[in-house]
Amino acid sequence: MKVLVAIKRVIDYAVPVRVKPDKSGVEALIPKMSMNPFCEIALEEAVRLKEKGVAGEVVAVSLGPQHFQETLRTALAMGADRAVHVSSEACGLSAQGGEQPQPLGVARVLAALAKRENAGLVLLGKQAIDDDCNQTGQMVAGLLGWPQATFASKLEAAKGDPRVRVTREVDGGLEVLSLPLPAVVSADLRLNTPRFVTLPAMMRAKKRPIESATLEQLGLSAADVAPQLRTVVVEEPPRRKAGSRVADVGELVRRLREEARVL
Amino acid sequence: ASTLLFVEHNGEGKVAPATLAAASAASQFLPGPLEALVCGFGEALASTAASVAAVPGVTKVWLASDPSLERPVAEPLSKLLSRIAAKHQPSHLLAASTAQGRNLLPRTAALLGTQPVTDVVKILDENTFVRPIYAGNAFATVQFSTPPPAVRVVSVRPTAFAAGAAAAASSPPAGASPAPVEPVAPELLHELGDVVSARWEGQDVRSSGRPELGSAKVVVCGGRALKSAENFAMLEELADQLGGAVGASRAAVDAGFVPNDLQVGQTGKVVAPDLYIGVGISGAIQHLAGMKDSRTIVAINNDPEAPILSVADYGLVQDLFTAVPQLIKEVREIKEQAGSA
Repeated sequence: MKVLVAIKRVIDYAVPVRVKPDKSGVEALIPKMSMNPFCEIALEEAVRLKEKGVAGEVVAVSLGPQHFQETLRTALAMGADRAVHVSSEACGLSAQGGEQPQPLGVARVLAALAKRENAGLVLLGKQAIDDDCNQTGQMVAGLLGWPQATFASKLEAAKGDPRVRVTREVDGGLEVLSLPLPAVVSADLRLNTPRFVTLPAMMRAKKRPIESATLEQLGLSAADVAPQLRTVVVEEPPRRKAGSRVADVGELVRRLREEARVL
Repeated sequence: ASTLLFVEHNGEGKVAPATLAAASAASQFLPGPLEALVCGFGEALASTAASVAAVPGVTKVWLASDPSLERPVAEPLSKLLSRIAAKHQPSHLLAASTAQGRNLLPRTAALLGTQPVTDVVKILDENTFVRPIYAGNAFATVQFSTPPPAVRVVSVRPTAFAAGAAAAASSPPAGASPAPVEPVAPELLHELGDVVSARWEGQDVRSSGRPELGSAKVVVCGGRALKSAENFAMLEELADQLGGAVGASRAAVDAGFVPNDLQVGQTGKVVAPDLYIGVGISGAIQHLAGMKDSRTIVAINNDPEAPILSVADYGLVQDLFTAVPQLIKEVREIKEQAGSA
């Protein structure tokens, strides 16, 4: 079985961001980009499936500007067999204008890739930590007409088994689904802990090719990935006014009763 | 213009508080009638529909009863929603951004070929919405650039609209009669059970008897500094004294002190209670994203440099094992005084 893993490059999760002065978006205080943490978890799960002999090949795929290839290289170093990059610049999305592909466009590309690669399983992160959309996996599943299990915290699969069993995190607890393959699964935090990429693995990955695919090859047009939403403005969150320190529990309780009136 | 609202319920007649918040958002900020869709199967469905019919702002309830809808599985539900959207052509398809809403709505939008807007905290007009990005470190105002009649698929963050829902529920308009309930057209349910779909195999959903985390008026959250699952009992006692819910940081969940569904933060639950008490929580941005809209924030931490103290209205720098038992005692005394007065 072939497993397709979607990869997004984002500002590193530990880097603080601020709203740009022209309010067109956000910028990182330190220029450090990384693989979206949830994509890392999805990829780790795919590599483990391969190590267990359940998956035959792991293909990491990404739609984005040229520099996304660096993150695909990290994916190769983590254990992906192949990497496929679809250039967003070639899709008519200008990097200068800050035009990002939106989840529906990304999902159309991923669905086309899943069909072309004849994937048995598509693994994605449940959300990207930049736009926090939490949409792409569900949309890929819908477009393909495949069953979906989002927010997975456990994935049980066996070689040759036509179904996978997924434990998902839902409001109030956990839910177990059994999915006929092919299927789409999105990873939650507790699915696994991704491995560290070693330097020798990174060096080896540098020598390996990254394949390119164009919209035309995937049977899509620029209109399929064109944004449907326009970002009007990006603003700072309202600041909370500075609070105060209390000396002890007695003062805390008194002020919660008299000032805040919540006790 | 009209809005079709997906109703989340527990299968036993109870409508999710998050759906009431979404109904409030629609009736306040979206134009046209508000029609609610209740999907499910079984005896309790009629009473669910009846309670939705009484929700302020709801003008009509559509009832979809089918064996394939007994559990909230995304494949048949999204198929049904996309069929209804195509037939009824509402201007907006709305749901609360809960685990269920997040699972279902984007899939439905994909079937309709439209880009959804998820986790909306403000509705500026029928085409313009505000949503948090980067764990709430910024707010993006986004606008549909596609012309109507493409349906706008939108999920709303319940805590952002909960106040309106509470106000409407406490003072229903005088003389309001419930909205009519009508079954959906039979062709909309045709062969819904034949959709390639996941099979629901079971759940592990515990009921603590406390208010639901997402809609509780008081939330007591604990972090890794609690050191053990046993020590969380202390927070449960405090929450029970205050009539609140218990939550946790990711660190406390990962350490196994509490189950995953109690996680508050960017990737967990978003809470905005009247009173939030963070105990032994340092305040990573991912956690702050889930609680900084709380009305009053209390932080108890022995580290004077903990980032949570910068957003707290009241910061107490003290060992939690000293402070929390004392706080429980004082809160209990207040309640006893109030009880005897």
